[in-house]
Amino acid sequence: MLLWSPRSRAVVLTVFALVVAVVFVLPLGTVVLAGLAGSWTGPLPSNLGLTRFGTALSGEDLASLSVSLQTAFLAGGIALIVGTWAALAAREAPDWLRRITDAVFHLPIAVPSVAIGLGLLIAFNSRPLLLGGTRWIVVLAHTVLVLAFAFSAVSAALDRLDPAYRQAAESLGAGPVRVLTRITLPLLLPALGAAAGLAVALSMGELGATVMVYPATWKTLPVTIFGLTDRGQVFQAAASTTLLLAVTLLALIVLGRIRGRAALR
Amino acid sequence: MTTVLDRDVTTPADPAPPRSTAWLWVLPPLALVLLVVLYPLLRVFWESSTGNSWGDVLGSQVFRDALWRTVAIAATSTAGCLVLGTFLAIVLAFVPFPGSALVGRLIDTVLALPSFLITLAFTFLYGSAGAVNAAISAITGSSSPLLDFLYTPAGVITAEITFFTPFVVRPLLAVFALIPRAQLDVAASLGASPLTVLRSVIMPEAWPALAAGGSLVLLLTLNEFGIVLFTGAKGVITLPVLIYTRGIVTFDLPGAAVIATVQVVLSLLLYGLYRVIFARLTAR
Repeated sequence: MLLWSPRSRAVVLTVFALVVAVVFVLPLGTVVLAGLAGSWTGPLPSNLGLTRFGTALSGEDLASLSVSLQTAFLAGGIALIVGTWAALAAREAPDWLRRITDAVFHLPIAVPSVAIGLGLLIAFNSRPLLLGGTRWIVVLAHTVLVLAFAFSAVSAALDRLDPAYRQAAESLGAGPVRVLTRITLPLLLPALGAAAGLAVALSMGELGATVMVYPATWKTLPVTIFGLTDRGQVFQAAASTTLLLAVTLLALIVLGRIRGRAALR
Repeated sequence: MTTVLDRDVTTPADPAPPRSTAWLWVLPPLALVLLVVLYPLLRVFWESSTGNSWGDVLGSQVFRDALWRTVAIAATSTAGCLVLGTFLAIVLAFVPFPGSALVGRLIDTVLALPSFLITLAFTFLYGSAGAVNAAISAITGSSSPLLDFLYTPAGVITAEITFFTPFVVRPLLAVFALIPRAQLDVAASLGASPLTVLRSVIMPEAWPALAAGGSLVLLLTLNEFGIVLFTGAKGVITLPVLIYTRGIVTFDLPGAAVIATVQVVLSLLLYGLYRVIFARLTAR
């Protein structure tokens, strides 16, 4: 389209393939390979095997994976409910309130996650809001961080929704609750699934806020991986990271497939 | 601003004010978010004013170095992301090839992955005992590692370019999809070289998306934590890592709060800029 001569096309596509391979494929592939490797002293890894994945799936590492999954689904679920609620209600609100809601919900994207963590650590460390030292402060931190993404994903989906369905139902006498549960939410279902997938994925990989607030009894997988690299056990860290990637991709794919009976316009 | 004023003049009858009280439903989630997001940030500001940490921190060499390094790394990474992202988006949009959809999905997926993954991968690839150095010394026979940039700002910048380029590619692909293909064909049939088409047809459409994507990447690279932490925070200390070491490792909460306040103000200014650019982009 842009390039007409086969030769220039070939040159550009070769450069493109090289760039994508070096920048995106190589790092992802390397982590997986290093997780499989027994040792890696030459150009290529040696003694490939699955023993490190066995370790990653037992003892403390398995506990971290379970902690991460519980945190991600809990935080993702809460964020999705609160975010959807706010996005739906904000559309009925007057303009100024809508803008304030939009700004406040997007705040966690704008400020560094470490600062969010520090704030939660300071704010929720005394009665009556005592959460410090419990697992709930980790869940709260993750909820705060993924809430912004859930809110903006649902808001964007609402913008694309065809209002004709809702108007037709209203004109036929359906009340607001019925319109919400029978029309709006089913139409939103694919977007909600995608938002849930993104929320779980982001929460699984969250490090900045977690590292500020986590108690020793509630270590998420990224914190454990950081501990491993800090102690020089980089190959075990690679195996755990591969596991983290696999679970994250699975969550993205499964939750992204939610379609419902209605398709989005 | 002018469009808003114009509309008020031409359509005096605004849509009727909200008839119902349905909008009250926005208050519970808003109150919740004010409690868990805004209140903690205000507590950080307040904590920073206890004692006389401001003078101590702002006067310290570590802080000034970190501030300067954070800004320099963020600006350089953003420039790199813009160049790389523009190239990738142009090829994906205008030089179609089998499998381009798959590459697009791959680049999208990186958005949802943890950033420290990149630093970890670089350890195996470009570390002093990594695969690339091993390959080089196998060829040249020299024993000292040729590549040794992992724990320098250059290593952090390379990692950040890798991780944040998708944030530039996405908005660019969105605007490129709106350019009629016939426009390119007509320009080419009138004798314009690919470079001319790029300069006078494609890039004018791309600038707003580049501005929006670039300011978002600048914001995210200023706030980036995982990539720098996983280098071991040996050679490179940025503001977010300094907040962590002050707050958690040495447990100086007021000192950490001062650094966090500086960083939050910096980020919010940039975020305001991003919102203005993004509003212009979507208003077109």
